[in-house]
Amino acid sequence: MESLTFRHTTTTPSPGSTPRAITGVVASGNLEVLLERVLAPDACEVTIETPVRGYGDVWEAVVADFVARGPAGGLRISINDGGARPDAVALRLAQGARLMEA
Amino acid sequence: MADWSRQRTSRDARIAAGRARAEGKVVAAGDVVALLEAVLRPGDRVCLEGDNQKQADGLARALAACDPGTIHDLHMVQSGIVLPEHLDVFETGIARRLDYSYSGPQGARIARMLYAGQIELGAVHTYLELFARYFVDLTPNVALIAGVCADRDGNLYTGPNTEDTPTVVEATHFKNGVVIAQVNRIVDRVPRVDIPGDRIDFVVEADRPFYVEPLFTRDPAAVTETQILIAMMALKGIYAEYGIRRLNHGIGFGTAAIELLLPTYGERLGLKGKVATHWALNPHPTLIPAIEAGFVEQIHCFGSEVGMDRYIRERPDVFFTGADGSLRSNRALCQTAGLYACDMFIGATLQIDLAGHSSTVTQSRVAGFGGAPNMGSDPHGRRHPSDTWLKAGREAGGAGDPALMRGRKLVVQLVETFGEGLVPTFVERLDAMELARKIGLELAPVMIYGDDVTHIVTEEGIANLLLCRDADEREQAIRGVAGYTEVGRGRDRAKVEALRARKIIRRPEDLGIEPLDADRSLLAARSIKDLVHWSGGLYEPPAKFRNW
Repeated sequence: MESLTFRHTTTTPSPGSTPRAITGVVASGNLEVLLERVLAPDACEVTIETPVRGYGDVWEAVVADFVARGPAGGLRISINDGGARPDAVALRLAQGARLMEA
Repeated sequence: MADWSRQRTSRDARIAAGRARAEGKVVAAGDVVALLEAVLRPGDRVCLEGDNQKQADGLARALAACDPGTIHDLHMVQSGIVLPEHLDVFETGIARRLDYSYSGPQGARIARMLYAGQIELGAVHTYLELFARYFVDLTPNVALIAGVCADRDGNLYTGPNTEDTPTVVEATHFKNGVVIAQVNRIVDRVPRVDIPGDRIDFVVEADRPFYVEPLFTRDPAAVTETQILIAMMALKGIYAEYGIRRLNHGIGFGTAAIELLLPTYGERLGLKGKVATHWALNPHPTLIPAIEAGFVEQIHCFGSEVGMDRYIRERPDVFFTGADGSLRSNRALCQTAGLYACDMFIGATLQIDLAGHSSTVTQSRVAGFGGAPNMGSDPHGRRHPSDTWLKAGREAGGAGDPALMRGRKLVVQLVETFGEGLVPTFVERLDAMELARKIGLELAPVMIYGDDVTHIVTEEGIANLLLCRDADEREQAIRGVAGYTEVGRGRDRAKVEALRARKIIRRPEDLGIEPLDADRSLLAARSIKDLVHWSGGLYEPPAKFRNW
């Protein structure tokens, strides 16, 4: 297993008031994303547990793009990865952010 | 005095030699090797019917069993290298030279044999190109073909998988060649005459029915959410915007996802009757829901698909069928339809480079081309307008009087940025280049040239290459949808954002696509069993797709 943590400051807080959301499943090629509204509105933290080592730079890029594109301020995001490809990670993060907007 | 009928004399001698092994035109299964050894001559050009789907497998086994001392150095001209026997003949020396089109199932072995110099390769063709050469400089001396049944006069019923047979027989029979057909059984009267008996010289009742490859069945259960997201982008950003009514779909899961979204997402976008009404397409099981939902007006088919026969029989308003009720397919004519009468080709590929060239060749596999390069190219012989074609032509730019500006066919590559095992789809240099160098080909086997590609759709967005005005814009547009591959991460971010501002690149959010919709619940059918239900029980999936 590899554990990764990325902390970002962001100008766009996540809208809505949903305290917590979970999407996806830990399965081969898939991932589970837990989002919690527990941080300051200008902070976003993403922690990743992945069985696949050596892709830290790709995770960093995917997370940075997510924070830059989506309203993610205030969210602590925990990812249980099942060896998902970057496209699945990006989609799951976008879906999680939408769930928090409800 | 000149002899103008040497070919006919040779043909008469071959037929006389063959008749000694036959009763009329009918040859017993046990005598096929003797028949072939009587009819064939060393160095003959032979078309062994290996189609995309249907295989003259009994005749292939018989050819491989011939004595290489008697029959050798054949020049094989055939569209598909599909069965092991198709390559065995090159190992034994029965065959020496090869001109072909598609080699999907034998892609790894043919690559090894090419590297080892065991095959003298003429060229890898597209289907139409090879068929064309059957009539110019690759006319067969002998054709070995397959049908469902025949009568004793040789009248042949090909059934739903007519495929290449009429083209092969036309080229062989009318140019002094010999045509040998294997059939599943010999009958008193065929259900319909697909090939008239006077074009068939010998008929063999095979020991088992000919093999058909279920090449176009995609299990909806394997469609991923990323593929659904890409399909949504294609429907909203391309089908709807260009109003594409006449089209061809490739064989991959991306286009299967589009087919499965037509009755759900397509309906929601109000696209029924406005897109995807007329098709050049094999009878894809995944199109059943769209047909049943009333999206599809008609489909012409290259071949059939295992399990679709009963469904097709009950939908004659949609499909081309004969007096017997079953499908009539024809690869040459359907390829022509895909080339000239369709406004869009959309399909997948394994590699795309920075200029948009694409290839399905990897260093260990040579899959050939099949028909995609015909469908996926802009035909300069086209002269009829359509709104879709003209809109694409306007986007491609050009100056002068609009009445002199030709349109463009849309050629769309639908790919995920990473393939199986995290192999990147986007590359700096195609593996096809390395293959060409290694085996000394003058032309690298490129599936679709970059200048024919109009759009690339990935999970990151749509790149509209028609709107790019120079090579640098084109490269950045491609990098801009290449995701987290090295090519994608090598983008110039400022240039990509500038392309996005000009709508050359569009993200899902630019298209108003809701990420939560990218869910398997959006598929009209989520399993093969769902497809059976949609078809009212008429679709009969092959055993390997039945998991209930």
